[in-house]
Amino acid sequence: MTYIVKPKNHHPLLEKNELGLTRRDYEGAVSTLCAGCGHDSISSAIVEACFQLSIESYKVAKLSGIGCSSKAPAYFLNQSHGFNSVHGRMPSIATGAAMANHELLYLGISGDGDSASIGIGQFIHCARRQLNMTYIVENNGTYGLTKGQFSATNDLESKSKYGDDNLFPSIDLPSMAIQLGASFVARSFSGDKEQLVPLLKAALSHKGFSFLDIISPCVTFNNHNSSTKSYDYIREHNDALSRPDFVPSGKEILTDYPKGSTVDVPLHDGSLLSLEKISENYDPADKIKAIQNIQESQRDGKVLTGLLYADPEAKDLKEILNVSDKPLNEMNLNDLCPGSEKLKDINSGLK
Amino acid sequence: MSNADTRYLFKRYNTWWVKVAVPKTLREELGYDLRKSLQTHDLDKAQELRWQVVEQLKAKINQAKSQESLDLFSVPDQAVTQYVPPTDTANPQYYHKVVECQHACPAHTPVPEYIRQISQGNYNEAYMLNWESNVFPGILGRTCDRPCEPACRRTRTHEKAVAICRLKRVTYDHKDDIANLIPTPETGNGKKVGLIGGGPASLTVARDLVMMGYQCTIFERDPQAGGLMRTNIPSFRLPEEVLNEEVDQVLNLGIKTEFNSEIKSMKDFLGKDFDAVFVGTGAPKGRDINIEGREDAHRNIHIGIDWLTSIAFEHTKSVGKKVIVLGGGNTAMDCCRTAIRLGAEEVKVAVRSPFDQMKASEWEIEDALGEGIPILDNHVPKRFLIKDEKLVGMEFEKVEAVFDEKGKRSLVPTGDDPIILECDDVLVAIGQDNAFEWIERDIGIEFGEWDMPIVDKVTFQSSNEKIFFGGDAAWGPENIIWAAAHGHQAAISIDKFCKSSDLYERPEPTTTLISQKMGVHEWSYNNDISQAKRFLVPHADQKNALKDLKMEVELGFDEITALEEAERCLNCDIQTVFSEDLCIECDACVDICPTDCISFVHNDTEENLRNKLRIPAINLNQQILVSEELEQTSRVMVKDEDVCLHCGLCAERCPTGAWDMQNFLYQEAKAYS
Repeated sequence: MTYIVKPKNHHPLLEKNELGLTRRDYEGAVSTLCAGCGHDSISSAIVEACFQLSIESYKVAKLSGIGCSSKAPAYFLNQSHGFNSVHGRMPSIATGAAMANHELLYLGISGDGDSASIGIGQFIHCARRQLNMTYIVENNGTYGLTKGQFSATNDLESKSKYGDDNLFPSIDLPSMAIQLGASFVARSFSGDKEQLVPLLKAALSHKGFSFLDIISPCVTFNNHNSSTKSYDYIREHNDALSRPDFVPSGKEILTDYPKGSTVDVPLHDGSLLSLEKISENYDPADKIKAIQNIQESQRDGKVLTGLLYADPEAKDLKEILNVSDKPLNEMNLNDLCPGSEKLKDINSGLK
Repeated sequence: MSNADTRYLFKRYNTWWVKVAVPKTLREELGYDLRKSLQTHDLDKAQELRWQVVEQLKAKINQAKSQESLDLFSVPDQAVTQYVPPTDTANPQYYHKVVECQHACPAHTPVPEYIRQISQGNYNEAYMLNWESNVFPGILGRTCDRPCEPACRRTRTHEKAVAICRLKRVTYDHKDDIANLIPTPETGNGKKVGLIGGGPASLTVARDLVMMGYQCTIFERDPQAGGLMRTNIPSFRLPEEVLNEEVDQVLNLGIKTEFNSEIKSMKDFLGKDFDAVFVGTGAPKGRDINIEGREDAHRNIHIGIDWLTSIAFEHTKSVGKKVIVLGGGNTAMDCCRTAIRLGAEEVKVAVRSPFDQMKASEWEIEDALGEGIPILDNHVPKRFLIKDEKLVGMEFEKVEAVFDEKGKRSLVPTGDDPIILECDDVLVAIGQDNAFEWIERDIGIEFGEWDMPIVDKVTFQSSNEKIFFGGDAAWGPENIIWAAAHGHQAAISIDKFCKSSDLYERPEPTTTLISQKMGVHEWSYNNDISQAKRFLVPHADQKNALKDLKMEVELGFDEITALEEAERCLNCDIQTVFSEDLCIECDACVDICPTDCISFVHNDTEENLRNKLRIPAINLNQQILVSEELEQTSRVMVKDEDVCLHCGLCAERCPTGAWDMQNFLYQEAKAYS
């Protein structure tokens, strides 16, 4: 634990965004997670992404469940709304909140325990319903908060810090998300901000369910030699599909990739995720190929990262349900509850 | 099954693989190991297949090895040779430069260390640290030109520097009796050193040498020692008690003194049987002004430093009602403020240059203005106006500063009407010179430009090997702190000369680097950054102060303010020490650093490296700390020292202790240890 408050001073040359804010204005409290935790790097990447997108903090709702990952929202965007829910129940809170006010940007922070174990049912339906939110799983393959038991995303051949064998195969959340209909699915690594920040920016700009599985080493319980989610293991086995570059709406594309080697994903707000292909077989618009890529890399003992699948045209929950454009929380009582006469009319119309 | 031979084998996603480790020298090229899938989940089959694959992989490594030995003879890649090498932090000058206040101090006083002692209430220790380095903490704490303060890192991270100079004064003001802390000189070594002039340079040389058993004799033309500290600095800035205490502290170590004995001939002096001679006679000759009327008005025109001297020794006790001071340096500021205290009713300072190019220290100008003294800039004196054989005024020409292409300044008349100022007395404070008429030119001391002796910049030795110079006498007017710095170096040289050893073999500084870690996240220094603004030193009531020549204007910090001001110090001597072998590249330090000093990037030329940091390191006066290449990603850690707050958060958030906060104490070598 750090006892001092992070000094307010910043570098005199620190950049400002369109709102006149610096990156420091998007920070939260000093982290109480273990020193070196991957989650802190993810928080820092979120800070960077929100800063670069010039997001107004008060238009963001941070939601989380229980676990080390779910503590993390305290460490970024301290001017935003927040809700720390019951274990594994973040998706229902997010759904309710988004239904009442779809004008906020919903950012769910969850972990492998919160999403792949206790909350897997909630996760499945949230993805299936195309809720317009960014859903981040800070995946460390272990129950860090309860001292290092295996989580459901721990790989079969990985051992625990204490030498125990893992007896069950792991759940691959991105594969599940793609199958369930999520319209933006990516995997990244907390130790690679060059990849993570553009992916986060694209996920935050995407309309629909954006799912990010971010491998985030647990320095205390899952960073040992026989771990498959340690800093050095991931660095050694990282198999990036592409190098992402996020181009904000209205900005010229300045990246100079050789022709034919890029894939562009235009997002609905006019921005663009430009991807320099590393793998020849790569097509993020092709669901079947995406799943195939994941399976193949798994077979080859690699960790596939980058944007796995995206469908920028997909409908989100609000469109599917045809919800009014005016947020429910802004309607008055008469609009929300038009009275028994109106009910009679409706009922008679159904006769 | 558990005893199965799995050498070179490992299982991933239900498939057996072969893995062969790569020797360290080839890792850059090949990675940590070479691996190949056997595409089977059957262990028996894998065991059978592996040897062939192991051979294949080993052959690949051997091939790379032979390639490498060939590379040794080929010309190295130019791009690679331009990479920034890992910073040599074992060189004491690297971390010394990070402690910018100490680096900027000519005597290299360990500033953050004594400030920390103040904040712990250890005034005696803080005073002694100063006394070791600069001999006159109480005097310098009131009069120093403070080269340390513009260097203070706080001028870049916050607004104003720590009040270092006034904290030095605190060590004097709040110390107890420190007599028993002053070391006892060694017994006599039989060598004799004669010192001409009793100012700060000579006193420093004498102090350092007497400690080692030299017999030192100071020859001073005035009745007391102290030199310009006594004669040129008025007592409302430097009370006599402070001066006497610190001068006597040195003299009482057993230094012989010959007061009222001006040396008129070096040739005669050399006959006095000294093993070495030190000349610390300062720059005692005030510059005069030769314009119309100078001769006729000579009774009312005074050379600034001579006038201040005669006041110090109470020969002069009054001045005319209207006084003009010529000049824009610190002596001019002292003259005008003294004139007011002697009863002048109207004092004006006239200076040739524009206001912002005046030579006086900013705070001395502020003090003069604060006492209601107008400073008239761009005024070039033209002539003294005389009426009935008496000085009645001066005529000035108004000018403006014009710079040519090379940046050279010239003062061009504006063409306005001349300005006439009435006056009864004029004080000329337009500079001072050395005076070496008393040194014969045939005794082996070579003289160079401007009739100055040629003195070696390192050894302070003149071309007569027995004679050393220091202070203002060496290269012209400087400040007291320079005299102390010169004194230490000259003492080292004199000692070496007397022992017949090589004068150019200068002793190394002593340094220590000690971890400040106390607990998991606790340090033995206060790493919480104070956001307080610089505290102002209280002043005596001006009404009374202006009537009393001896009343000290600045009152110094009380204990509580001193503590708060001391807390403003960023502890730049607590270094961020990086050990690459412990780093796991988790980015925690990058994420937490409040001033974005830390980056992990691929190595490059220094220029490119500086540009690709999180925030480009454009301040080229500041060093960058570059690590060895890191194991996982082959990047290097680069830390820009420029605006590091030394808050230690990088080390607090580091899971492996790759960052540590270590106290770097740099002590400049002196003749005695």
